[in-house]
Amino acid sequence: MASREKDEISGTETTGHEWDGIKELNTPLPRWWLWTFYGCIAFALGYMIAYPAWPLVKGATPGLLGYSSRAELVKDIDVARTAQSAQLEKVKSLPLEEIRKDADLLQFAVAGGRAAFRVNCIQCHGSGAAGGKGYPNLNDDDWIWGGTLDQIHTTLQHGIRYTADPDTRQSPMPAFGADGILTPEQINDVAEYVLSLSGQTSDTEAAARGAPVFADNCAACHGDAGEGKQEFGAPRLTDAIALYVSDKASVVAQINKPRQGVMPAWNARLDEMTIKQLAIYVHSLGGGEMPVP
Amino acid sequence: MVEIVNTVETIDAVPHNSAALRSLYAARVKIHPKRGSGYFRNLKWLVMLVTLGVYYLTPWLRWDRGAYVPDQAVLVDLAHRRFYFFFIEIWPQEFYYVAGLLIMAGIGLFLVTSTIGRAWCGYTCPQTVWTDLFLVVERWIEGDRNARIKLDAAPWSFNKAWKRVSKNILWLLIAVATGGAWIFYFADAPTLARQFFTFQALAVAYATVALLTATTFVLAGYLREQVCTFMCPWPRIQAAMLDEDSLVVTYNDWRGEPRSRHHKKAQAAGETVGDCVDCNACVAVCPAGIDIRDGQQLECITCALCIDACDSVMEKVGSPKGLISYSTLRTYDAHKAGGLAVIGWRSFLRPRTFVYTAIWMAVGLVMLFSLLHRERLDVSVLNDRNPLYVRLSDGSIRNGFTVKILNMEQRPRSFVLSAEGLAGSTMTMTGGVGEALHEFTVEIEADKLRAIKVYVAVSPLLLGGGEQTPFEFKVVEKATESTPETRSIPAFFHAPPKETTP
Repeated sequence: MASREKDEISGTETTGHEWDGIKELNTPLPRWWLWTFYGCIAFALGYMIAYPAWPLVKGATPGLLGYSSRAELVKDIDVARTAQSAQLEKVKSLPLEEIRKDADLLQFAVAGGRAAFRVNCIQCHGSGAAGGKGYPNLNDDDWIWGGTLDQIHTTLQHGIRYTADPDTRQSPMPAFGADGILTPEQINDVAEYVLSLSGQTSDTEAAARGAPVFADNCAACHGDAGEGKQEFGAPRLTDAIALYVSDKASVVAQINKPRQGVMPAWNARLDEMTIKQLAIYVHSLGGGEMPVP
Repeated sequence: MVEIVNTVETIDAVPHNSAALRSLYAARVKIHPKRGSGYFRNLKWLVMLVTLGVYYLTPWLRWDRGAYVPDQAVLVDLAHRRFYFFFIEIWPQEFYYVAGLLIMAGIGLFLVTSTIGRAWCGYTCPQTVWTDLFLVVERWIEGDRNARIKLDAAPWSFNKAWKRVSKNILWLLIAVATGGAWIFYFADAPTLARQFFTFQALAVAYATVALLTATTFVLAGYLREQVCTFMCPWPRIQAAMLDEDSLVVTYNDWRGEPRSRHHKKAQAAGETVGDCVDCNACVAVCPAGIDIRDGQQLECITCALCIDACDSVMEKVGSPKGLISYSTLRTYDAHKAGGLAVIGWRSFLRPRTFVYTAIWMAVGLVMLFSLLHRERLDVSVLNDRNPLYVRLSDGSIRNGFTVKILNMEQRPRSFVLSAEGLAGSTMTMTGGVGEALHEFTVEIEADKLRAIKVYVAVSPLLLGGGEQTPFEFKVVEKATESTPETRSIPAFFHAPPKETTP
C-alpha cells in the first residue's frame, strides 16, 4: 500500500485534497452509521424479493409474500362487513318500524342510508336531499307517493314510471293540451283555478270558469279540492310546494303536456339491506310520516 | 514518604467528566460513585422515598364520585376522554386547566431555580431518583466504589457473572414496576392489574410498559449522568435562570486553596496552605463524574453529595465544615474579596423571586377561580347547512339544528330545551316524527353528551321577511333543590329570499 499522508495533529489520514492550505481529513464513518447503512441495503434486498418491486410490462413482480394493497383493502372491507354483520342481519330481518324504534339500530341504518344515498341518489336529489326542479325535495312533508317508511320503501324498490319493473309506480297524467282533450281556453281557466287552490294570485273569473273543468277532468286523481291522492301519485295542489315551478306558465305547460319524471327501481341494483337503510335515512330527514292507524 | 494527613485517606478518583479531561471523541468512562452519608444524603433518601411513593401508589388511591363515574382518585381516562384529579373532573375542552398547570410548573421551576438553584435536578428529577435507586441495587450486589472498580476490571468469572446477572435482573424488575405503574394512571388500576397479569389487557398497555421498562432500565442503569449532560435541555436553560443570588453547590476556593496533600510538611516549609487536603472525596461521591473544585459547571446537578463528603473530611482533620457548601455567587465573591458574608433571607427576597411568585400565584388563582365558577352544563348548536331551509307544505319554513347538550355533572339530569325569540315557532325532534311543540324535556345521563336533532318551523309571515333571524336556544335544568343551571346559545334562522316567498 502506498503510504498516505497523515495529519500531524489528529493522526488521521488525509484525502489528499487541499484548498488554500487546508487539507481534508479522511475521517471514517462512524461504525453504527455504516452498519445501519449496510442493514438498510440488506433490508432493501429482502424487501424486493418479498414484496412487489420490479416494474414489468404488465404490473410488477408479485413478490414471495404475494402482498397487494388491493387484497389488503378487500380484507379490510371484509373485516368491516363482519363487524357490522349483526346489525346488518337485524336490518334485514326486522320490519322497518321496529328498526326505527331501536335507537342504536336507527343510528346505524341512518348512517348506512346516508352513505348509500351519497353514492346512488344525490345525482338527482342533491347531496342535501333538497331536490330541485322536477326532483322532489325529500326533506319536506309533501309526499307524492307517501312518506311512511313502507311507502318510501316501495318507491325505492320499484321506482317511478320505470318500465323495466312491472310493479313500478305509475301515474300517467294525460296530455290535456297536446292530445286535444281540453281547449287552450279551458287549460288557461283550469290553470287559474289551480293557482287559486294554493292561494296564489289568480284571475278570479277565469278560476271560476276553471272549477267545473277541474271537477270533470282532474278531480278523479287530484281530489275534489285538489288535495291530491297518494295512491295514484297525484300531487297535492293546495300546498306551497310544487315539483315543477308553480307560476302560471309552468302550470299551463304541465297541463298541456306533463313532464313525467322517472326514478329507477333499486331492487335490481341494491340489496334489500341497503334499500331498507335508504328508506330509513330518507324518512329521518324531517318529513317522514307515520302510518295512519 | 510520610503520610501527614493522618486520618484522611486520599482517594484515587478521577473527575472523568471535567471539561479538561473530556475529549469530544472519547468513549464514556464509567463512573463509580461512592456511597455518601450526611445531611444531604439523608434529605435525598427522604425525597426519594416520597417521590417514588407518590409515583407508585397514587393510581391505587380511591375517591368516591358516585355511581356513574370511576372512583380512581387520579385517572386520565383516555377511552372516555376525561381527566379525574380527586374532586376535579376535566373534559377535553377544559384542557386549558392542564395547560395552566404546566405554566405553573414552568414558573415554579423558574422560581425554585433562581432561589435554590438546580434543586429539581439534584433531588426530584426522575432521572436522578431512579439512578439513585439503581445505584442502591448496584452497591448492594457489587459493593461500594472500590469493589465495583475491581469487579469491572476483573476477568469474567462465575462470581462476576452472577453479580452482573442478578444486578440486571433486579434493575429489570424495578424498571417493569416503573413502566407498569405508569399505565395504571390511564385505567382503573385494580381492573387493569388483573387484566395485565392474565394477558387480557390491550396491546397498547403492554407496549407502553415495554417502552417505559426499556427507558427506565437503559437511562437509569447505563446512561445515567449522560442523560443530564448530553440529552436534557434543562441544564442549558438553567444557565439563564441562575443569578448571583441563587444557591449553587460551591467549592470555597478562597478557603481551600492552595490545596495540599501534605499540610504539615508544607506549613513547616513556610508555604501557605488552604483547607483542602486534596483527598478527592468530593470527586469519588460525585454521580456526574466532575470535580466541584473546578467551579460551577453544566454537568453539576447540585445533588450536594460532595458537601456531605467534604464536611466529614473537614470534621476529621479538624477544620470548620463548609469548604464545599451551598453558596451564592454574591457571597462567594464577597468572601473572595476578603469580606464576610452570610446568606440571609434577603437573598431570597428580590424582585425576580417576587415576580415569579406573583405570576405563579396569579395563574393559580385565576385557575382556582374559574374552576370554582365553571359551568357544568354546556350547549353547542350546529345549523344544518344543506339544505339551509326547507319549505313545508303549509308554506312555513323549517330549519334543522343539531343541539349538543353536555351534562358535566356526575349525575343524570333533565333539561328543558326551547327556542326563544322566534315568535310562532314550533319544534320537532327525532326525525321530525312526532308532535310539534314549543319545548322539549331532554334526559341526559350522568357525565354524558347528547346530540339532538331539532327541527324548528315558523311561518315566513312571522319572520318579517328577514333571510336571517337571530334567536336563541335555551336550555334550563329541571332542578328541584339547587338553582337550575341555564344556558342560552345564539343561533340564526334561515329563510329563502323575499321574492320567492309566496
